[in-house]
Amino acid sequence: MSSPRPAREPGGRIPPVLLAPAVVAVALLTLPLLALLPRVDWAGAPQALTSPEALAAVSLSLRTGLVAVGCCLILGIPLALVLARAPGPVAAVLRVLVTLPLVLPPLVGGLALLYLFGRQGWLGQATVAVGISVPFTTAAVVLAQTFVALPFLVISLEGALRTAGGRYASVAATLGAGRWTVLRRITLPRAMPGLIAGTVLAFARAVGEFGATAMVAGNAPGRTQTIPMAIYTAFNGAGVSRDSALALAVLLVVVALVILIGLRDWRRREAW
Amino acid sequence: MTSRRRRLAAVGVPALVAGLLGLAGCGTAAAPEPAESLTVYAAASLAGPVSDLLAEYATDHPEVSVEPAVFDGSSTLVTQISEGAAPDVIVTANETTMADLTAAGLVDQPHVVATNSLVIAVPEGNPAGIASLTDLADVDTVLCAPQVPCGDAAATLLQLNQVEVDPLSLEQNVTAAAERVTSGAADAALVYATDVASREDQLDAIVPEHAEEVVNRYPAAALTTAGPAGAEFLELLGSARGTAVLADYGFGSR
Repeated sequence: MSSPRPAREPGGRIPPVLLAPAVVAVALLTLPLLALLPRVDWAGAPQALTSPEALAAVSLSLRTGLVAVGCCLILGIPLALVLARAPGPVAAVLRVLVTLPLVLPPLVGGLALLYLFGRQGWLGQATVAVGISVPFTTAAVVLAQTFVALPFLVISLEGALRTAGGRYASVAATLGAGRWTVLRRITLPRAMPGLIAGTVLAFARAVGEFGATAMVAGNAPGRTQTIPMAIYTAFNGAGVSRDSALALAVLLVVVALVILIGLRDWRRREAW
Repeated sequence: MTSRRRRLAAVGVPALVAGLLGLAGCGTAAAPEPAESLTVYAAASLAGPVSDLLAEYATDHPEVSVEPAVFDGSSTLVTQISEGAAPDVIVTANETTMADLTAAGLVDQPHVVATNSLVIAVPEGNPAGIASLTDLADVDTVLCAPQVPCGDAAATLLQLNQVEVDPLSLEQNVTAAAERVTSGAADAALVYATDVASREDQLDAIVPEHAEEVVNRYPAAALTTAGPAGAEFLELLGSARGTAVLADYGFGSR
């Protein structure tokens, strides 16, 4: 990522016949999102977004998303540090474990969480014994979001840590800096672009989380009905109005776009 | 260095335990529970009357924090409760789904509060000219999944009429099935009479043959963990007032 951009290849290298499927691919990716727009009642959008049900979903998504990102940072930074410094085979195994939730359908993750924290689950039996039941509460939403978002943070930060290398850190250590000082003053600042990118992507993923939430947190308005759950419910004829659901959907698209464009511009300025 | 490592371990292990517990507690800590609250899980078909009765209950009991009810397919709600969801009251759309909770000892003795039967829901004006269940074989028909009470009833009704339908989709709750017809994705659906009644500006109902023989009985029960508000709401559901509100939406009485 630190290498300079390769010069543009001279034209005509791609067989022209490949242009057609490439155009189809772009259309497949963008047309559905564009098709959302004419269905939105723009004049009524502010009202649709501020209906009590929609506001409850937005507020819940924001709160749980932020807490989930906090949990991701607390757990993910140490894991990324371990991953970046672990010997080859250990790192390889850990990396597969970390990447698994990224590749897995979130629904399966949700089912697995339910079987861990559910009434009959390993951990669930223990927590129920002390009077705590996690599934189908706001805590379960945070749990599901953390589960799916954590890999984004860890992978992104680990990449940055590896790129930054350990040379400066070793020099600082030989000069007598303690481990915490090296971590605080050298390692983390040098990996900051990766940390910020990972944090933002983790937040976007947490706010968009649906499958795992549906399984382990359910769909209770105000408690576990996040924006994606509210959209899904609306198209099954209940909960927020169809207009609210569309407005919320467009809101999620806009947030995702802003995050991507913002990250790209920022990376360019930081000369990544 | 060794002392530091030991110190790290001494800090690290409890921190991990506290962290995992904290992770589980993140959300619950954010919303402190008031002294008394009422959460109701009810079959999707009950959305209208139960919302009305909850609003009445909230007005009469300002000291109780009434949470928004959760309306979904009965089997979904039962699974959620079996896996740890803890509302105060559950109302399902048939006795089979409730039996799972009774058997698991999660609810007190249920009482039937309403009845319902199936109709063929078609778009207003019945553009496809559907007259009976046999016509469903020729159009795009949506049914509820057989695990959900409305799907269970639909299977029984189709069998009674010796009709086979290849459904366009099997929905997880009756509201979703009705919505497929409302939105134009399907030509017809087998849903409860009450679902068409609450969408009468968009849907028409055709009463199929033998419909009166397939009647769903809706049991309501308090969870064994429920507070006093749960018992109070059950009483309201079973009262003359509750029955009247249910009848307004087209539900039959016990």
